[in-house]
Amino acid sequence: MTREPILEVKELTKAFGGIMALHRVSFNVYEGEIVGIIGPNGSGKTTLINCITGFIKLSSGKVLFRGKDITGKAAHKIADMGITRTFQIMRPYYTLPAYKNLVIPLFSPRARRTGGWRGGGKLGDRNTVGIDILEEIGFERDSFVPYKLASTLPTGYLKRLELARCLALRPEIIFCDEVFSGLSMSEIASMVPLIERLQMDGITLVMIEHRLRELFRVANRVMVLNFGEKLMEGSAEEIMASEEVKEAYFGSEEVEEVMSHA
Amino acid sequence: MMAQTRRKERLDRGIRVRTDGLYALMSWRELSYLTLPRVVLIFGVLALPFVMPSMYWQRVISIVCIYSFLAISFDLLAHFVGLVSLGGAFFVGVGSYLAAILNTSLGLPVALTIPISTVLGATICTALLLPCLPLRGVYFAIVTLMYPLALARVIEALNILGGTDGIMGVASFPSRWVEQYFMIGALLLFLFAIRRLVNLDLGLVLRAVKDNDQAVRASGMNVTFYKAIAVFIASAMGCLAGASLVHIYMWAGISQFALDFSILPIAATVIGGAGTLTGPLLGCFILVPISELLRAFGTLRIVFYSLILVGFIVFRSEGIMVYAQRKYHQFERWVKV
Amino acid sequence: MEIFIYGFINSISLALIALGFALVYGISRIPNFAHGALYVVCGFITWSFVRSLELNYPLSIILAMISTGIIGGLIYLFILIRVRGMAISEIIASYAIGLAILEGLRWRGFKGMTYTLPTFKEGSLMLAGTPVDYHRLIVVGVGVCIVAFLWIFTHHTKVGLGLRAMAQDERAALMLGIDSDRMAVVAMGFGSMLAGLAAVLLLPLGNIVVEAGYNVLLLAIAVCIVGGLGSWVGAVMAAFLIGFAQILTVVYIGPHFQMVVALLAIILTLILRPSGLFGRQKELEERV
Repeated sequence: MTREPILEVKELTKAFGGIMALHRVSFNVYEGEIVGIIGPNGSGKTTLINCITGFIKLSSGKVLFRGKDITGKAAHKIADMGITRTFQIMRPYYTLPAYKNLVIPLFSPRARRTGGWRGGGKLGDRNTVGIDILEEIGFERDSFVPYKLASTLPTGYLKRLELARCLALRPEIIFCDEVFSGLSMSEIASMVPLIERLQMDGITLVMIEHRLRELFRVANRVMVLNFGEKLMEGSAEEIMASEEVKEAYFGSEEVEEVMSHA
Repeated sequence: MMAQTRRKERLDRGIRVRTDGLYALMSWRELSYLTLPRVVLIFGVLALPFVMPSMYWQRVISIVCIYSFLAISFDLLAHFVGLVSLGGAFFVGVGSYLAAILNTSLGLPVALTIPISTVLGATICTALLLPCLPLRGVYFAIVTLMYPLALARVIEALNILGGTDGIMGVASFPSRWVEQYFMIGALLLFLFAIRRLVNLDLGLVLRAVKDNDQAVRASGMNVTFYKAIAVFIASAMGCLAGASLVHIYMWAGISQFALDFSILPIAATVIGGAGTLTGPLLGCFILVPISELLRAFGTLRIVFYSLILVGFIVFRSEGIMVYAQRKYHQFERWVKV
Repeated sequence: MEIFIYGFINSISLALIALGFALVYGISRIPNFAHGALYVVCGFITWSFVRSLELNYPLSIILAMISTGIIGGLIYLFILIRVRGMAISEIIASYAIGLAILEGLRWRGFKGMTYTLPTFKEGSLMLAGTPVDYHRLIVVGVGVCIVAFLWIFTHHTKVGLGLRAMAQDERAALMLGIDSDRMAVVAMGFGSMLAGLAAVLLLPLGNIVVEAGYNVLLLAIAVCIVGGLGSWVGAVMAAFLIGFAQILTVVYIGPHFQMVVALLAIILTLILRPSGLFGRQKELEERV
């Protein structure tokens, strides 16, 4: 492929004290695709997202967004360029109702710039825009759910709220940190089409996931991290076929069994 | 065994359910249900100088207003932005010294010194606190506690701004009534303005910073900037209090950095009900007069209000206002389980 | 040479003052803002044992230290235990207790120049051309012993290891059967005793005044913040840093600036490096 990548990560390295959390990880993300990142616990997936989105400082390496260097920029500036993320541990604004949770991202400079009045600009009523976005992401508009306090929402809705918070910014890339984990099978089943629709809307997604089956269904490419290093990258079939990945990821003889499920 | 088979049930009063938004206009009963508490507060406070016309009590009312400013500013920062500032004295000190300098050196009248020192003082306080804004919790509390102490010691050590003697000969308000109504008017104005602010979109962002600043950052907003806005508003109130204090006592000195101004507003907030904005005001109206009455006993009043503070923090952290609001909006009854 | 000797003495005094605070915070994560009050309380208790009850001096010192330790433990047991884990409430509550104690003492008339403790040993000796009185030498000796004792205690005894375990990870310690509340009581009591020890060592050098309580609290906070909250090895190092900085400012700039140094140290440390000069990097903890 000759197209320009939307996001380039070059030799990203992060050390916590003496511990190498990430070691020279490089990869590209192209516009409109879904990239999955998998790896055993502690392999540095979340750290990778934190480094790219500016939440922690990386030790060395480069991150380019549309050819522009965004290495080491402040997190809010990176988000302002359209690189958003969800958090693995969902912490909504507990004291606010669900739709008011979206007023905050709608108030941000990016939403005001890109959204026009629909995005809650000068004339827009951010409350109604917030409810619109919630409906888009699967909150029933006419029920009480969007008006309930965020602290009373169940996990499935919280995950959607996290995604909605990203969508309110009209993002170019969303980094999803384990959006499937902790959900029941039926909730996941309704989440997958949502992800696919986001892709059709032209949003690039990078997904960290432990639920391999669902990830392999939606992802165009998958990257495997192990002990902070990139093990391999390829299509879902290639990953599943790779002995090396099986070894690293599952580490034992149960491989066949698990893999046959996936 | 009876106690275990019963349970206390709390229900919203029917009238409260119906008084949302426009429906409040349906009947006088519902209208008054909504407006009565506010009307009582506003007219009660406005009537105070007439109810207690003696010189001494009018002075106490002014002092109550000054502490109320600080308490509301503490409440705003602590419960709507998540910055626990123990530096009320810092705001007061900066405001009072500014007003005193403007008045004695530049000869500006009271009508100018107070607004100027409010805005200028808030700018100075915000600029000085700016580097500390990324700090959280305990660290921010400690650093704000240190600022007034450090400033007082610097003034003392360098012997500038009148050193330990302070700045004397500051002009007073034209009359007691002007003083009273200026203080009360400004207090009500700030109280209702801030209650409005915290429900605006900007206020929601501030509250979001308290709940989860990482998510606010991930939404592309500069958390420090919004914290700075909040600190500016809070310190403007503190500086206004300080500037008024100088004109009431006609003197600015190191004692305006005293910890009284940091601790008593916190005590008032805890007693009145944290996070209600009206509560701190109520707390001041209870605590400050008592503390003034105890002034004859010297430092006993500090013992008194610090013990009250400990008591409320440890045993009943709800506060009067939250309790009263609950009683007003809900009724309780015992139901069999 | 004079600067060196007095800087050393000052540093040891600061370390003594701060160790109690550092210990309590390090073990139970309680910022004990009543530290200064406990310091003064111990001074007055010793004074009343010596002057009013006319007990003999060493005995009253020991009794005073024990009672200060008990007071500290009781403060935890009855008050702080209820706000445990809410850092801000801990600060406000403990500070208010300290304030109540100090201002209560002032109200009862414990003020002025009348309250003094005798020095342990009169006289002075020449150290490299500088007169140093024996009492200060004793302070230094005891200070060094205490630091060494704490090191051995926390590294080689069961209780000490338990305390360190709790300092590192309270939940894990709980799972291993270490009673976190009992440890916190022990820590508070022990920290208060250290405050008392500092008081009986340092107060004979001057008068017992209520204001000392505030200054001691500030100094303790300064040392602990600069050294990194929770790390008492850092606190000892920071005590030397601030101790020498103070003596240098007194000599070269003026005695008024002694406190300013400590306060500026707090503010600058918190702005530039909140985890303290010797604290661990906080980045791991602040990670999302």
